[in-house]
Amino acid sequence: MAIFINKDTKVLVQGMTGSEGTKHTGRMLKYGTNIVGGVTPGKGGQTVEIEGKSLPVFNNVAEAVAATGANASVVFVPPKFAKAAVMDAIDAALPLVVVITEGIPVHDSASFYAHAEASGTTRLVGPNCPGLISPGLSNIGIIPGDITGPGRIGLVSKSGTLTYQMMYELRDFGFSTAVGIGGDPIIGTTHIDCLKAFQDDPDTDAIVMIGEIGGDAEERAAAFIASYVTKPVVGYVAGFTAPEGKTMGHAGAIVSGSSGTAEAKKVALEAAGVKVGKTPSETAAIMRAILNG
Amino acid sequence: MDLFEYQARDLFEAHNIPVLAGAVASTAAEAKAAAQSMGGKVVVKAQVKVGGRGKAGGVKLAVDANDAEVKAEAILGMDIKGHTVHQVMIAQAAPISEEYYMAILLDRAARNFLVMASVAGGMEIEEVAHTQPEKLARVGINPNEGISQAKALEIVKAGQFPAEVESAVADVLVKLWAAFVAEDATLMEINPLVKTEDGRIIALDGKVTLDDNAEFRHPQHEQLVDKAAANPLEAAAKEKNLNYVKLNGEVGIIGNGAGLVMSTLDVVAYAGEKYGVKPANFLDIGGGASAEVMANGLSIILGDSDVKSVFVNVFGGITACDAVANGIVQALAILGDKATKPIVVRLDGNNVLEGRRILNEAAHPLVQQLDTMDGAAAKAAELAAK
Repeated sequence: MAIFINKDTKVLVQGMTGSEGTKHTGRMLKYGTNIVGGVTPGKGGQTVEIEGKSLPVFNNVAEAVAATGANASVVFVPPKFAKAAVMDAIDAALPLVVVITEGIPVHDSASFYAHAEASGTTRLVGPNCPGLISPGLSNIGIIPGDITGPGRIGLVSKSGTLTYQMMYELRDFGFSTAVGIGGDPIIGTTHIDCLKAFQDDPDTDAIVMIGEIGGDAEERAAAFIASYVTKPVVGYVAGFTAPEGKTMGHAGAIVSGSSGTAEAKKVALEAAGVKVGKTPSETAAIMRAILNG
Repeated sequence: MDLFEYQARDLFEAHNIPVLAGAVASTAAEAKAAAQSMGGKVVVKAQVKVGGRGKAGGVKLAVDANDAEVKAEAILGMDIKGHTVHQVMIAQAAPISEEYYMAILLDRAARNFLVMASVAGGMEIEEVAHTQPEKLARVGINPNEGISQAKALEIVKAGQFPAEVESAVADVLVKLWAAFVAEDATLMEINPLVKTEDGRIIALDGKVTLDDNAEFRHPQHEQLVDKAAANPLEAAAKEKNLNYVKLNGEVGIIGNGAGLVMSTLDVVAYAGEKYGVKPANFLDIGGGASAEVMANGLSIILGDSDVKSVFVNVFGGITACDAVANGIVQALAILGDKATKPIVVRLDGNNVLEGRRILNEAAHPLVQQLDTMDGAAAKAAELAAK
């Protein structure tokens, strides 16, 4: 088992015919992800050859679902057209939509998030995220598949490269699922959603949670851990040295006045019993010690 | 991007939100001319993107144009919480009878927008929330539904506005929502929203933050950028599409991915405690670390005279480490004699062995490699201290 995706997940690639879409479709296919087709408005009816597989292209998600039985999509559509693509996927009642695109205006994200909530059928991951991987089962997005294999650690992170770093540090243990939830101010799936799913997943023994400056998602996650999670959770927070009022790469990574600081997040997590590492390596070492008993 | 008050005023006016006449001036003479054309009493207001300017003496009433010149002379050049006043706004003065509060902002936790409206304005809204919470309406807005006149009226009633201004204030809220959406704002605040003695409702002071991600549909926002205030290194980096933030330290940082770069700053800061050095910048070169991107990044960092050593920290995900290594070698060839600071490189991930081999083979005298992030950070800090 794993959370959110497994070997039965049938994936559509929205924006498959673009250069990023094509490149990552190839990588996902190589990994073994069950990609069943692509969606590019205006290019329906074409067939694209990627990694030796013929993939049909559809004009919209509903047509693609009818023809392929897809139950997930991954979005590589540029910011300008991303909202329309995500709305299309929600309207087709896809259970899972993973939005990789960086640079989507927050009004657009707010709009498609509200639409997804109202639909009651669609889980959004991202935007501005690397996607998620259940090693050995499925890989949806851009997380490198060769860092590590299946195991019993669950990972949830706002950052892509810190996800990779942590998977690498703990590669001898492996992961049930690693979810990159994204660094935008509005994201679909949160730390809390992943913590709950990992707690409920019989194949996950322990959880690494990576946060960063901005907002109060980590503080809320800490409160959730205190009330719900009994599995060991190890935390890491990036951005202790970030100055106030500056956006640090991710659109959501900003300390505003005294809110959104790394220190406040660390304090909240520790108060909830989470051991927080000072560096990614130290965080991995804490997890290692826990798993080695 | 945060706007100056006068820019917020202009934006409000463009969206039919009632404001008073206002003009921006960068010299006392301009201030006098603006006051003259307005006639009567004016308020001279320092234009700084920081709160508390009134208490700091940055807002003064002037009885006439000559007085406006004197007041502007005093305010221009002032330092308010580290911000130098380069411009003042000359605003028509109005006899105020009541001060209210209204704002629309992005609510990250609720993942929608939040309206705050209160009959108690003119002070920090946190204070109202603390001392008179019953007078502050906080209402979440579904972005796909927006704020209708009826919804606005409901909010205004909850904010305990007096009955005689309810409809006019609701009208402002509807227009503020339209402006908020049209401009892709993440914050629009009117504080105070005033009732004048002759019964008009006017936005007297405003704060606006615009979403940088939405720049592509607002080419006109480009002219709102405060180019004078930008750090020259940050401006040069922006030209080259690099994600760079200048900090006050000695260890230049280059990495891939926002989270990893933030983490690198922290790790360098810890390692630097012992040597009294800190990270000099944030620089995320993103996914495709081509030689050109690496050269641009290195040249920005080496152009920072505070930098004493450089730490290149890359975890190859999609980016392969051999490409990064080639990028570093070629960047150093492009920079030639301009590269003078020691460079510590830590590569891991995709194709790391080939990446390390390329750097070893190039054997550039400035470059040394370490295997771990913590070890490399310690080395970079040590080199910066020398």
